[in-house]
Amino acid sequence: MPETPADRAYRGYTTLSAIAIPALVCVLAVLIARAALPALAADSGVSVIGRTWDVGRGQFGLLPALVGTLTTSFFALCIAAPLGLGAAVVAAELAPRPLRAPLAFLLDLLAAIPSVVYGLWALAVVVPLLRTRVMPALADAFPNAALVAGPQYGPSMLAAVLVLAIMILPYISAVAREVLLAVPRTQRDAALALGATRWEMIRDAVLPYARTGLIGGVMLGLGRALGETMAVTMVIGNRHTLPTSLFEPGYTLSSLLANEFGEASAEGHVSALMAAACLLLGVTLLVNGLAQWLVWRTQHGRIGDHRGAD
Amino acid sequence: MRVDLTGAGATFPYPLYARWFNEYAQETNVRVNYQSIGSGGGIRQVLANTVDFGATDVPMSDADLERSRTPIIHVPMVLGAVGITYNLPEITRPLRLSGEVIAAVFLGTITRWNDPRLVALNPDATLPDRELLVVHRADGSGTSYIFSDYLTAVSAAWSAGPGRGREVLFPVGIGGKGNEGVAGQVKQMPGSLGYLEVVYARQNRLPVAHIQNRAGRFVSPMPYEVASAATSVVDAQSSAKDLRISLVNAPGPQSYPIASFTWLLIAPDAIGPRKTAQLVAFVRWALADQNNAASTLGYVALPGSLADIVLDRLEQATTTPPRP
Repeated sequence: MPETPADRAYRGYTTLSAIAIPALVCVLAVLIARAALPALAADSGVSVIGRTWDVGRGQFGLLPALVGTLTTSFFALCIAAPLGLGAAVVAAELAPRPLRAPLAFLLDLLAAIPSVVYGLWALAVVVPLLRTRVMPALADAFPNAALVAGPQYGPSMLAAVLVLAIMILPYISAVAREVLLAVPRTQRDAALALGATRWEMIRDAVLPYARTGLIGGVMLGLGRALGETMAVTMVIGNRHTLPTSLFEPGYTLSSLLANEFGEASAEGHVSALMAAACLLLGVTLLVNGLAQWLVWRTQHGRIGDHRGAD
Repeated sequence: MRVDLTGAGATFPYPLYARWFNEYAQETNVRVNYQSIGSGGGIRQVLANTVDFGATDVPMSDADLERSRTPIIHVPMVLGAVGITYNLPEITRPLRLSGEVIAAVFLGTITRWNDPRLVALNPDATLPDRELLVVHRADGSGTSYIFSDYLTAVSAAWSAGPGRGREVLFPVGIGGKGNEGVAGQVKQMPGSLGYLEVVYARQNRLPVAHIQNRAGRFVSPMPYEVASAATSVVDAQSSAKDLRISLVNAPGPQSYPIASFTWLLIAPDAIGPRKTAQLVAFVRWALADQNNAASTLGYVALPGSLADIVLDRLEQATTTPPRP
């Protein structure tokens, strides 16, 4: 059948859409990289492994912010992933049927709260609570653990970790719930027919089937955590040092940009901040690439190998 | 005919500028579109010629002025000051501080409230044996610039160490974002001390310390004391070639020592005589401030004598014929 004008228009439109997204990403990356180019010069003072960020003296060490970004995101994921997956299992499988929809709605609602609101709440509620209750309790419970040693001010890496964990929780649980709901009925019926208990059915039939999507959801949460700016800036204490404990104040790449870009006017400073933006973009792309690879791996190695893991 | 001017820059004077521009648009046919993107952004945009005027709390550096293709004039519009706020439930009268002691606190050499240097300045108060926690601005800001400019002027150790800048590498303490971030953390943490813009402190009824000025007196950052600082510095430096001058550590018995101008940046040759004349007319109108917008909003207006000096200099700078 010959192509009608409508067909051509449709094809043109979809082709354009398909090109637009990669093009946008490329333009973005190229523009940021170009602005960061002066930072590559040997005398720019910009260093990914440098530890000192002193604008007045032209020293732009990115290591504390990079480590802060990675550490806060990692610990936030350690808290949010099990919690989010557990909540998804309850909302999709375990809760009494009338409760499932409201539960899912509440989980989604967490994702709709603007991050500055999380920040204000963290500043007004979480930080004082950490200072007066949680930090002393943790320090008493683990007197020899370096992770929970040091001054107990409140604004700290730990505060950032907690607020990040709460913020990425809905992303993880929403994706995980959808993925669990998409597991075919037959998968469950087969497990039950073989005499599995409900727990065995979820563990052996549902979760392995959904594994790809679950990993994808967790990685989506990690991506969010790496880039989250406002709430973290408000509670992390914004200190350019390599933290040795979760109680210490720290910095992240995104809060560095949020804090300093508006007032930066010296060329070296602007290009150093652009370099920080590049680094953040690079880390995010790396994490997403890793996620794609993990998803691909699990898809291709899925059938039959999950028993071996037990 | 309707006239449109665009400007960008400092966030500190934004509420006042917004009100001025609004009232000015009602009285005349001149509309000003101002974006409060920060002093650094204001300087960047003036240098790039993308706006008709800039606004900044921090004077442009010589290097930045040299980068500009045409001369840029600094026009003081209103006064700002930085206050030291603190959270110490034990004391009822305002804390007294000196420049040296503030520098020692922010350098981390004073770490407890009952340090002998603090006790010596506050003999009538009973200062507790409590940890002193420093809170500073984490974001680049004119407030940090003014504060570090002051510490650089009064303390050799600060001058040799962190120095002055919009972003300062504070050796101790935690960073809050914005005045509200600093105020929030100081309010929550007993034993903490931080610096913030005085307008913000006054609007939120935060305690502010009295600071020892060059004449040895302890003064509070009230409008009269801030205005005195400006008048005495301009009197002392009447031969300065422009009004890009620092007001910190001002002479005079009434002067509050941590004060600053906030400026409009005008590049007459870049925007042409017509827009320049309109900006000059606006400055003349704003400095007269007949509706008292500045003091209503908590700012400190330029005293009348100073406003005259600013206008004289602006007239001179904008009516000199451009160099051939």
